[in-house]
Amino acid sequence: MAPDPTTGRVLRDSDEGSVAAAATVSLTLRIRRYNPEVADDPWWDEFTVTMEPTDRLLDALHEVKWHQDGTLGLRRSCAHGICGSDAMLINGRNALACKVLVQDVAPKATIEPIRGLPVLKDLIVDMEPFFAGYRSVLPFLINDDGDPERERSQSPEDRHRYDDTTKCILCAACTTSCPIFWGDGEYVGPAAIVNAHRFIFDSRDQGARDRLKILSEKTGVFRCRTTFNCTDACPRGIEVTKAIQEVKRAILFDRF
Amino acid sequence: MATTHTYDAVIIGAGGAGMRAAIETSDRVRTAVISKLYPTRSHTGAAQGGVCAALANVEEDYPEWHAFDTVKGGDYLVDQPAAQLMTEEAVDAIYELEHWGLPFNRTPDGKLDQRRFGGHTRNHGEAAVRRACYAADRTGHMILQTLYQQCVKRNVRFFNEFYCLDLLMEEGRVAGVVAYELATGDLHVFRAKTVMFATGGYGRMFKVSSNAHALTGDGPAVAFRRGIPLEDMEFFQFHPTGLNKLGILLSEGARGEGAILLNKDGERFMERYAPTIKDLAPRDMVSRAIFQEMKEGRGAGPSGDYVFLDFRHLDPKVLEEKLPDITEFSRVYLRVEPTKELVPIQPTAHYAMGGIPTDVDGRVVVGPQETPVPGLYAAGECACVSVHGANRLGTNSLLDIVVFGRRGGADMAAYAAGTEAPDLPGAPVGSTLDMLNGLLTRERAENAADIRKDLQAQMYEKAFVVRTEDGLKEMKRDLANLRDRYSRVGVQDKGSVFNTDLMEAVELGFLLDCADALVTAALARDESRGGHYREDHPLRDDANWLKHSLAYREEDGSVRLEFKPVKMGPYLPMERKY
Ligand SMILES: Cc1cc2nc3c(=O)[nH]c(=O)nc-3n(C[C@H](O)[C@H](O)[C@H](O)COP(=O)(O)OP(=O)(O)OC[C@H]3O[C@@H](n4cnc5c(N)ncnc54)[C@H](O)[C@@H]3O)c2cc1C
Ligand code: SF4
Ligand code: FES
Repeated sequence: MAPDPTTGRVLRDSDEGSVAAAATVSLTLRIRRYNPEVADDPWWDEFTVTMEPTDRLLDALHEVKWHQDGTLGLRRSCAHGICGSDAMLINGRNALACKVLVQDVAPKATIEPIRGLPVLKDLIVDMEPFFAGYRSVLPFLINDDGDPERERSQSPEDRHRYDDTTKCILCAACTTSCPIFWGDGEYVGPAAIVNAHRFIFDSRDQGARDRLKILSEKTGVFRCRTTFNCTDACPRGIEVTKAIQEVKRAILFDRF
Repeated sequence: MATTHTYDAVIIGAGGAGMRAAIETSDRVRTAVISKLYPTRSHTGAAQGGVCAALANVEEDYPEWHAFDTVKGGDYLVDQPAAQLMTEEAVDAIYELEHWGLPFNRTPDGKLDQRRFGGHTRNHGEAAVRRACYAADRTGHMILQTLYQQCVKRNVRFFNEFYCLDLLMEEGRVAGVVAYELATGDLHVFRAKTVMFATGGYGRMFKVSSNAHALTGDGPAVAFRRGIPLEDMEFFQFHPTGLNKLGILLSEGARGEGAILLNKDGERFMERYAPTIKDLAPRDMVSRAIFQEMKEGRGAGPSGDYVFLDFRHLDPKVLEEKLPDITEFSRVYLRVEPTKELVPIQPTAHYAMGGIPTDVDGRVVVGPQETPVPGLYAAGECACVSVHGANRLGTNSLLDIVVFGRRGGADMAAYAAGTEAPDLPGAPVGSTLDMLNGLLTRERAENAADIRKDLQAQMYEKAFVVRTEDGLKEMKRDLANLRDRYSRVGVQDKGSVFNTDLMEAVELGFLLDCADALVTAALARDESRGGHYREDHPLRDDANWLKHSLAYREEDGSVRLEFKPVKMGPYLPMERKY
């Protein structure tokens, strides 16, 4: 097939894209602040920045931090949605600030820390309870057969069985969008279940029984009320609710 | 006062290299891993395309072919014994990752699948070979997750969101490090028999980069300030296919699966530059070809400053199943639909070939005689073994981090087990406190963010894909000026809780150090080799320059260079044609 980029709307579109990017927009950020060294209670601040429409919301937060208020606290690293640092509540929904474009929220966006974890400063929350939940589900391959000389065999179909849940970047967007998790510090939350699923449905793993036992306890999967918030929140497009349902079914019907 | 901890092994960095080392040490000696990011946030997680080893699962292949490609790809600046060792150990390293559960893609008969990657060839250059094992286009993510899982299993002790700011030495041997706890602003002294730097790259000194904000060269800069040289800093890899303006990477795996590069006329220009392997030529060559196309007026867009990556002829299923993430990057960040539209791309600052000099056991070695510094180690992107020479081949870095992370960790454990705990130097946190207090108490005459922005713009203009003597000289002057401004930086946040304002200013200081070493070495090297292209000296000059550079920070702040020979082996330098 001979590609012909000089004709058709293809080339014009990308060119228009780069021309349009030259025009700037104004964005007002309403940010929920908290700093234990400054005040006991949270407060709201507003900042207005001028950005390119295709800039990331993270770039806008940087603009605030770098040129208006250096005390603004947030986590970030990769800036393209793969490190899981910058989940926050953006206009009432959990998302990664680096995966939301300015043009999608301008002229105004409200930004708050993710819910259900203790806020330490501004948009930074204590992730330890979240990682404790993750660690509780034995998130590592368990196989006592001894290692073969080469790779263990796995068919593409078996590999596909748990593909979706390997994408998780532990950003906590799902867990902190879950009303059960907010209401009840005991629930391990969707992310931990996603990471258990990743091993339970891996044909090479032999630890399913232990994990399912952990997840059938009162802190486990049966707390889930299938509200789908988690699936909507996941920046990696993981079908979180489906994974939870599959784990529930494994407990109910497989009787491990 | 600072809290003091005592360990046998302290590893700085929880990316692939640091965690692989920790897996090796933690069962044997008391180990701490200090990381400024949560381990799973490390940039190893961004790696996409693959990790290679001559498994010969889908076609004939041998570690020796892999070693040859590594040496040739590195434009003969590679230390050949190290490349031979890495390519031989590659095979077991991949199996080990698989045994730990890494979800590699599979062949129909259940083996690890392999795909093509730039510069990897069969039988010394005959044709592209399938050598890269991969997990869709999130291979690095899966390596990072798998290693973290193994660390959780082994109960490795992590100090997360701790920034290492200084290296402590006493009587010529390592005594430990100083770290800043982000959550509280407290300083901690880690007294340690062995210390490993595994802090990753420093691509953030360039305006367009595939690197995370956190990649600011902390390990190399901390070592540099303590008199450790930095090797081959002039060699930085500019990856040809970053998203236009953003620099977000589109893996070479894309071209491995059949995507091609087009100029604004729709011409597949790589056919002219590398007739045999075309779009899969090594990265330095492809990036230069793109710059040449732009220079000759065949760049696209109003300013002619990008070209295209074309996926349109690929089966959409290939994009969905083998390249889902990069397909999404293009949709999310450029609003371009790769199955139907051309994706605007440009070269992006990607990988540091240079770094802290080590031997094949991760031991830091200084000077032309390669004298080891007792107890000091480095591994991963911040180290220079050197297996990548003047230009790293795709998939060889993920390999480097697991092979040399393991070897370094093993040597640390053995060394620590047989040595006494070191004495700490007097006033261990003194210079760190001075640095932090300066930034905290100075009036904010200069803003770190502005200096960083200028540094990135100037480095992009003068020390990127194409370099000249005049440009580099100017860059040296720019750096002196930036340094002067840096001495007047004050931070706005004076607090002690999560003061990232303060840490960003410190990181800028590290970046300036790395840039200084890079530019000094690049100016001296008046030849072109691998990622270092001097327009005023376009040819490789083996008679004068088949040697590694070592940059030292002098008392007065200037940079002094030394050189050491390349370790040769079976492969004689020849012209690099593909
Ligand atoms: C987008 C992208 C795609 C890539 N794709 C591939 C590929 O397909 N194949 C391949 O082989 N290579 C690839 N690479 C290169 C490869 O991913 C990296 O070179 C490699 O992962 C680096 O690993 P590392 O462990 O050395 O560093 P990193 O993973 O970057 O980890 C650095 C660690 O150091 C810590 N740290 C840094 N400074 C400090 C400090 N002062 N104190 C405490 N901790 C600190 C950080 O917290 C982090 O944990 C890619 C790179 C990028 C950017
Ligand atoms: S499942 Fe999705 S939302 Fe939840 S932690 Fe993983 S990546 Fe984040
Ligand atoms: S900064 Fe890494 S996910 Fe947003």
